Amino acid sequence: MTDEYTDNKLETKAADSSSGSYTPPAEAIPAKENPEQELYHAKSFWTKWVFCQDAKVIGIQYALTATAIGFIGLILSWGMRLQLGFPETFSFLGPATYYQSVTMHGMIMVIYLLTALFLGGFGNYLIPLMVGARDMVFPYVNMVSYWMFLVAVLVLLASFFVPGGPTGAGWTLYPPQAILPGTPGSEMGIVLMLVSLSLFVIGFTMGGLNYVITILQSRTRGMTLMRMPLTIWGIFTATVLALLAFPALFVACIMMTLDNLLGTSFFMPEIFTMGEKLDYAGGSPILFQHLFWFFGHPEVYIVALPAFGIVSDLISVHARKNVFGYRMMVWAIVIIGALSFIVWAHHMYVSGMNPWFGFFFATTTLIIAVPTAIKVYNWVLTLWRGNIHLTIPMLFSLGFIVTFVNGGITGLFLGNVIIDVPLSDTYFVVAHFHMVMGIAPLMVVFGAIYHWYPLITGRHLNQTLGKIHFWVTFVGAYAIYFPMHYLGFIGVPRRYFEMYDSPYMTSGVGLNQFITVAALIVGFTQFIFLYNIFTSWYKGEKSEKNPWKANSLEWHTPDYPPTHGNFGKELPVVYRWPYDFSVPGTDKEYIPQHVAPSEVPTAKAEQT
Amino acid sequence: MSQFDIEKLPKGSKGFMYDWGSDQRAFKGVPWGKAMMWIFLLSDTFIFSCFLISLMTARASTVVPWPYPSEVFGLTVFGTSVPLLLIAIMTFVLITSSGTMAIAVKYGYEKNRKLCGWFLLATAIGGLTFVGMQAFEWSKLIFHDGVRPWGNPFGAEQFGAFFFMVTGFHGTHVSIGVIFLFIFARKVFRGDFDTGRRGYFTSMKSDYEAIEILGLYWHFVDLVWVFIFAFFYLW
Repeated sequence: MTDEYTDNKLETKAADSSSGSYTPPAEAIPAKENPEQELYHAKSFWTKWVFCQDAKVIGIQYALTATAIGFIGLILSWGMRLQLGFPETFSFLGPATYYQSVTMHGMIMVIYLLTALFLGGFGNYLIPLMVGARDMVFPYVNMVSYWMFLVAVLVLLASFFVPGGPTGAGWTLYPPQAILPGTPGSEMGIVLMLVSLSLFVIGFTMGGLNYVITILQSRTRGMTLMRMPLTIWGIFTATVLALLAFPALFVACIMMTLDNLLGTSFFMPEIFTMGEKLDYAGGSPILFQHLFWFFGHPEVYIVALPAFGIVSDLISVHARKNVFGYRMMVWAIVIIGALSFIVWAHHMYVSGMNPWFGFFFATTTLIIAVPTAIKVYNWVLTLWRGNIHLTIPMLFSLGFIVTFVNGGITGLFLGNVIIDVPLSDTYFVVAHFHMVMGIAPLMVVFGAIYHWYPLITGRHLNQTLGKIHFWVTFVGAYAIYFPMHYLGFIGVPRRYFEMYDSPYMTSGVGLNQFITVAALIVGFTQFIFLYNIFTSWYKGEKSEKNPWKANSLEWHTPDYPPTHGNFGKELPVVYRWPYDFSVPGTDKEYIPQHVAPSEVPTAKAEQT
Repeated sequence: MSQFDIEKLPKGSKGFMYDWGSDQRAFKGVPWGKAMMWIFLLSDTFIFSCFLISLMTARASTVVPWPYPSEVFGLTVFGTSVPLLLIAIMTFVLITSSGTMAIAVKYGYEKNRKLCGWFLLATAIGGLTFVGMQAFEWSKLIFHDGVRPWGNPFGAEQFGAFFFMVTGFHGTHVSIGVIFLFIFARKVFRGDFDTGRRGYFTSMKSDYEAIEILGLYWHFVDLVWVFIFAFFYLW
């Protein structure tokens, strides 16, 4: 005796393989495996909106906190740009302030903004809705995760107010200089930074376990892994990467804290300073670099993979066409994730590694270009002959593809050892990583916010302000980062407070001023976006249910916007992937995931 | 609609493909908490691996001789010096507590409230003994032998640094485990898992699965100890 479920599957196959006329397959509704999830029903204001266990509210809390700290990172970048563009003019920016701005800008943007926003923000909001769950599997742990994140952010902010200020060691925090006098913030700033990072890792682990288990174990009936929206695939893989990469950062933070506070010598070699020998001896600064980049490189993909996933969905919905090569896209995400663990030392080509080591890491690095290029081709092929609606999410998605290709190609330069060595530590590197993991993911963040804002608030963002936001950000990003490639080629080193009278600065001076002006304008536009978000919350144009005519489950909840418990009395049953747009054989322009084959008998949709 | 029956699913490699190609759960029949603990332990494995790999690098690259473990960790009993005596006892106690934990899990499955509780308590006391002996070991090294995180009389200064950091991190894991063992022993004795009493913080019901999940954690902590033992005391 076989299970009824398996039987139905076989029938489906038989129906598919029969040549000639298409017969819709029998409807297979699998048996329920998960018991009905018991939810915590908040009664008071505090448990409903502050110490909230609903993943949707936690997602918004994460997103708002990340955005707030992100704007601080933005303002810090203005400080840097003012100094670089007009070195003599702004006396409040000393070398110490400059280095502190560089460091805090980098750390805030990479970890506290992008990681928290993609995984904590979008992850929390979208995962339960998109896989058809009532909430995360452990809402209480999920809530604690947010509060740990908030504490980490507050500790980071506290470092601005301690004697010596925040650390100025560069976002990579390389020892020995990070904890030695002479580096700004070597007193308390670095300790607070390390503590904050450790808290972030602990908080993230709580959230990350929730995301992974919700996706693996709490999907609704019919929701197979290969029917999940690519958004979920991106967030899922990124979370797995984070759970395996953050431990290295955590260990490095603990060891450096001990070096600093207890006087151990994990990362500290024998050092003479001011003619005196310090108490350190025998440690290895390179060990820190290995630990840091074992975290640091997967971190790039922790930021990029959710962006890949989300942008695939945005492109598909707004071009009214199914994602080209869905399975290829999934496997590309997984392969990129796996490869990201064996490329870390390409950040260390100039650290004095054995050249054969460099050869290995250059090879693995360049192999990543293959699945990444597959993804780009597939995005373009999804657009090809699609019914492209130039909505703001689509504009941002197109902007993403362009900036990502741009940043990806400069990545090929930097991945090769021999080309990297002369370009290392120049503005070429700055331009590359801002393009590929700054602007490109931010484009997706913006597109995603314009896309899902109606779902969250029931209102649209202002379209005019949105178009201004897109064009200024997109053109401005090129105005900022394109000249930086050139600066790198003429050899301008990064992280320098001032270029003084260096010969190569003849053409660089004007460019630096131009970049600064562009950066100020682009930065200002982000405040317009912020204004748009807050005013549209209560004044924006009301959105009808499912305004983009999307197929994935989050748009098809009984209440719009979705309420506590997400799906009302019964969880939906899923029959198809979320990309059934413009399916031949039916007058329906799109077929949501929960529509049974019998409801669209003539649709020639491929069974997924 | 049929009832979900895990027995009827395909087995072996076919079963693996079926499970991952299916809906709802990738790990069939595995409760959420248990899956979550496994993934957490994977993440924790990476933490301990980073610690131990760092130790290996330090030890491989040091120019000052590494202290000789059986000398440093020796104990003088009745005038004769016995190498690794304390560690042998500590390891024995911890591994034994893994045994009692396994028995507690077994009685948890059988919903045998009393025996499950007693064996949890025995496990907790084993863990506590381990932490106590570790405290003794640390104080002997610090006050008697003069080992410090920043230096020691035996050789390379990274020895003390790594020793205190890694055993301290492991000891913290054991201590957290002991706290939870006591809490869960109390819960079991009170009959929380039989009466469906709600948790203080989460206000959710729980059942004897929780004991198995706690067991996973406890066995992991013991397993990590085996590696730490090998790297610090036998290498």
